[in-house]
Amino acid sequence: MTTTTTPPATGATTATGPPPQPSRRTGAVVRWLRHGGLSTLVFFLPLLLCFGLFSWWPIARSLLLSLQQTNFLTSRWVGLANFERVLADPLLLTALGNTTWFTVLALVIGFPVPVVLAVLIAELRRARAIASVLVYLPVVFPPVVAVLLWKTFYAPGAEGLFNTVLGWVGLGPFAWLNDGDMAMPAIVVQATWATFGTATIIYLATLMGIQTELYEAAETDGAGIWSRLWNVTLPQMRGVMLVMALLQVIGTFQVFTEPYVMTGGGPENRTLTLLMLIYRYAFVAGDYGRATALSLLLALVLAVLSAVYLWVTRRWSTS
Amino acid sequence: MTTTLDPSTQQHPVHPVRVTRRRPRREQEQGERSVVSALDRRRPGVRFALGVGGTLVVGLLVVVCGGPLLWLFKAATSTSTETLASPFALWPSGLRWENFSEVWTRVEFSRYFLNTVFLILGSLFFGLLVATTGGYGLAVLRPRYAKVVSALVLATLFIPGVISLVSLYLTVVELPVLGISLVGTLWAVWLPSAANAVNVLLMQRFFASIPAELFEAARIDGAGPFRIFAALVLPMSKPILGVISLLLLVGAYKEFLWPLLVLPRPADQPISVVLPRLEGSIDYAQFLAALFISVLVPVVLFLLFQRQFLRAAGNAGALKG
Repeated sequence: MTTTTTPPATGATTATGPPPQPSRRTGAVVRWLRHGGLSTLVFFLPLLLCFGLFSWWPIARSLLLSLQQTNFLTSRWVGLANFERVLADPLLLTALGNTTWFTVLALVIGFPVPVVLAVLIAELRRARAIASVLVYLPVVFPPVVAVLLWKTFYAPGAEGLFNTVLGWVGLGPFAWLNDGDMAMPAIVVQATWATFGTATIIYLATLMGIQTELYEAAETDGAGIWSRLWNVTLPQMRGVMLVMALLQVIGTFQVFTEPYVMTGGGPENRTLTLLMLIYRYAFVAGDYGRATALSLLLALVLAVLSAVYLWVTRRWSTS
Repeated sequence: MTTTLDPSTQQHPVHPVRVTRRRPRREQEQGERSVVSALDRRRPGVRFALGVGGTLVVGLLVVVCGGPLLWLFKAATSTSTETLASPFALWPSGLRWENFSEVWTRVEFSRYFLNTVFLILGSLFFGLLVATTGGYGLAVLRPRYAKVVSALVLATLFIPGVISLVSLYLTVVELPVLGISLVGTLWAVWLPSAANAVNVLLMQRFFASIPAELFEAARIDGAGPFRIFAALVLPMSKPILGVISLLLLVGAYKEFLWPLLVLPRPADQPISVVLPRLEGSIDYAQFLAALFISVLVPVVLFLLFQRQFLRAAGNAGALKG
């Protein structure tokens, strides 16, 4: 429609032979407007404004901030001094160690649970729907509510919920979150409870998508239940399992709410994580340069993991 | 893996008659086939193991996943002393519904709740605005710069959120060019949450799947891009709009760190930010009542729309896989 109207317009301008430069430019603008360029731009405006101001610009600005010493009034370039001050902080090693410990524990405790659970739920018939709903229920808890609820479960006295239960079999009472060795595993158990539903539902969807022919073929080969589980089910889940493990690591490396609300980083910084250290640098000490430098270092590690994730998903989607 | 299976599939000649006969049944049984076959299920040993195992799994899930919610309800309707003295006693002095009304009025929980409602409604509006208009621009209008924009949006998916936490805060404190501060206003939560790449990409993918002939026909009828968007595209995309709305609502309700940073005045804060401060500063039973009220909204939403929630969660796996 519009394409048929524009050529005569440009043809008319060349026929009358006005000064070449400005008219060609206005001609391009007119053509752009005729093609609906302006209304297209209007549609892009919300996206461009939101992403520009609150996503692209902050990411670019992080690179600048990490090289600056800044308060709200002035900022000056300090080169790599922020990074040096981050690396010189003895708390960095503590936070890195704690975060790694959290990630490892979350993998050991939290990774196998959804796999086993999904395989078991897949065998259910009438109860599968109710099992799915129950599994996903903790996921819809707002994280702060779940953490605060578990914090009361972990109450250190004999009257605490967990201590009461363990008291029935003659154990405890334990100090839980007040105990340096127990605090981090306790947080991991809570975090696992709050998130395992998502992975279980994803695995369940994968299990339900396995082609019936594969099982039938294995059966004609005389494979029993365990052999089918080992040779058909698990290999079909392998790709998703790897992706979930990587996503879990990327997520747990950025853990904040759980330790912040449960322990505030204590006892004796035993649950201080990297993101909490960034929070302390920036919003307790007001040292934005140092906080950004640590953010960038953390982001670098996560970017490597993301690259691995991308590479893995590409490989699994093509094979 | 596949190599070990190939011979068996060859031993299994595809008989045309069998295929046509089995097609409808297989579609029906799509979700019914798992490791244990129907034949296995007839064996008494397998049947017994499945029965016991299934009961155990469901029983365990009831205790582990449903238990905390049930306990929270019990404790929220008991007195503090009862809950502290014997956490598992079932209402020794009767149900105390007044805990809810007390927490609602006395600690101004109603105000924080209202803040939360405003916060999630705004996030929903701006999230949908950016996702629908952006998705429409990227998938349907496709100007020359669409490729660049699309790549830039996709790139934010792979850049970890930590990287911009501090600089985003500084940006909100003093907006570039405009120089105004959004801190202390809900705009500081609404606008950054709308810059969500997943929602834009979901929308873009859906719009791209609408047949191009429909747009062509509408254009010939004289409809402009705004008409097509409002009268054709949006009504067609109700299911995906529902999914994205759920994601946006739940996401906004769960947010903690960001509102904590940009809403420093207690009177402006949503419940997720207020709850940690209430812990220990108000009566224990009232605090648990506040927790229960806070969890009730998403749980009821989930129970009403469980199929949509679970499908969205399962699809996320397909998207990630």
